[in-house]
Amino acid sequence: MSGLRILVPVKRVIDYAVKPRVNRAQTAIETANVKHSMNPFDELSIEEAVRLRERKVPVEEIVAFTAGPAKAQDILRTAMAMGADRGIHVQIDESNNKDSSPAALEPLGVAKLLKKVVEEQKSNLVILGKQAIDDDAGQTGQMLAGLMGWAQATQASKVEIEGDTVTVTKEVDGGVEKVRAKLPMVITTDLRLNEPRYASLPNIMKAKKKPLEKRSLADFGDVDVAPRLRTVRVTEPPPRKGGVKVEDVDGMIAKLKELGAL
Amino acid sequence: MFSLAPRSVLRQARTQFRLSQPTVVPQYSAIARLLSTLAVLEQRDGKLSVQSLATVAAGQKIGGSVTGLVAGSGAKAVAEAAAKVKGVEKIIYIENGAYDRGLPENWAPLLVENVKKGGFTHLIAAHGAFGKSLLPRVAALLDSQQISDVTGVESEDTFVRPIYAGNAILTVQSLDPIKILTVRGTAFPTPETEGGSAAVEEGVDPKVESPTEWLSEDLAKSDRPDLGSAERVVSGGRGLKSKEEFDRLIPPLADALGAAIGASRAAVDSGFADNSLQVGQTGKNVAPQLYLCAGISGAIQHLAGMKDSKVIAAINKDPEAPIFQVADVGLVGDLFEKVPELTEKLKAQ
Repeated sequence: MSGLRILVPVKRVIDYAVKPRVNRAQTAIETANVKHSMNPFDELSIEEAVRLRERKVPVEEIVAFTAGPAKAQDILRTAMAMGADRGIHVQIDESNNKDSSPAALEPLGVAKLLKKVVEEQKSNLVILGKQAIDDDAGQTGQMLAGLMGWAQATQASKVEIEGDTVTVTKEVDGGVEKVRAKLPMVITTDLRLNEPRYASLPNIMKAKKKPLEKRSLADFGDVDVAPRLRTVRVTEPPPRKGGVKVEDVDGMIAKLKELGAL
Repeated sequence: MFSLAPRSVLRQARTQFRLSQPTVVPQYSAIARLLSTLAVLEQRDGKLSVQSLATVAAGQKIGGSVTGLVAGSGAKAVAEAAAKVKGVEKIIYIENGAYDRGLPENWAPLLVENVKKGGFTHLIAAHGAFGKSLLPRVAALLDSQQISDVTGVESEDTFVRPIYAGNAILTVQSLDPIKILTVRGTAFPTPETEGGSAAVEEGVDPKVESPTEWLSEDLAKSDRPDLGSAERVVSGGRGLKSKEEFDRLIPPLADALGAAIGASRAAVDSGFADNSLQVGQTGKNVAPQLYLCAGISGAIQHLAGMKDSKVIAAINKDPEAPIFQVADVGLVGDLFEKVPELTEKLKAQ
């Protein structure tokens, strides 16, 4: 085996620390003038790819990929500053797609696009985040694995690669489970996998010189990314009724009894 | 005229229609209104998982018939038990040990074949580790855009789900001929497991081999109620300062209440508690009668996992902590004093 050709798809999302607001028309979340950053789970994917290389696993190339508006290039630069070798950006004009919030592309469309990219780039390992924190779907990796007919390991908390054998520890309900498969495969990352590094200033400068290929959907032929879901409405969750503060433990017990919780 | 015909005739008619037109099923034709749901029922060592029964409740809300599917060693025996679940019309079982480990690579073709054979309009699994890993793969193979973590059913094609860590609620209409959903267990009632009388029959087994090999598992053992379905949950956060303090203060309080134990991500990351106890956007979603937390500030990612709890009680020394904005009962104070005092007073009752 010649070495790993890793593809890391990343997504630009509203920063995790921002409290999202529903727009007035109840069609989407306000995204204008809101801080965006790389989906936190995708940072873990990049970090894992880079760590594989640092652990002397033969890594031929780490390609970061994103599909999204022009601004999504920023997160590709971040990925390259963290250690990806190059970036591919498929520009999606989200203005055509205003009401298919929260994302212009749905996971199935992204998975189909990624299939084309994987074939073109001859990737043999795809590492994705387990979910994007905007749509919280958690589907793209599994869909890609299904379309490719590849092995998959979701919610990885540990990845070991020897030759073309990959052993993954997965987070499951109530504990962990270990599976093994041969390359090629798709892995999705769980929070426990690693601690992503900060991009250092010199690396940020270097990342500006790394190749970033701009592509359009049309370059990938007849990939079907038409939305299958129609947003009916987006609303605020029902607010909880204002609670009370109690003075002491006795007050708490009394109040819980009053509320029927004890 | 259709509605007067016996169901089996309907199914046969639909199946034949599908066969003659394998690619396009008209969205709003009379045919599309003949709803039938395939609900994936999970079993472990011959026992049905309670959470996966939410799929039956969701299927009933959609309307039409609900068929349950069980697979693995001893599936036939489990099917007999599952046939007693109220609301299920039929159980199909696939007796094959290859499905015991829930590997999505062989489960996905299994579901695809059974969905096609039965002409199902809806496929539902619980939004747990198994369903999350498996259903998107099935959806891709059936060319359907899955809807994850459904908390409400508005109609046969319109579903409600939280997005942005529960900070917004999305109502979405699926245009796909086959709707594929994972459902949140706490959002649907558990159907009665006695009194039903479903037919039991054998499903198709495509016997696709999984390229993935299952090696081992390490599940946290606990005598306490399961976090996902517990009536009461006691949860601890960073404010507990160490694993020793977490273990000293939280389990006795949980025992006094007969509650499950949960934790914030901060507590899990700091090693105070096991990963499997994490409540929040990236952990478990809980909706117990009582959620009592100590030393948790209430970050949006944590609130995502617990704000549907009936009553929330919080102990925190910071009166400005965001947890107090959602707590029904808040106590500002040092948890190292208040938690033991609360434990003692609860025990004394």
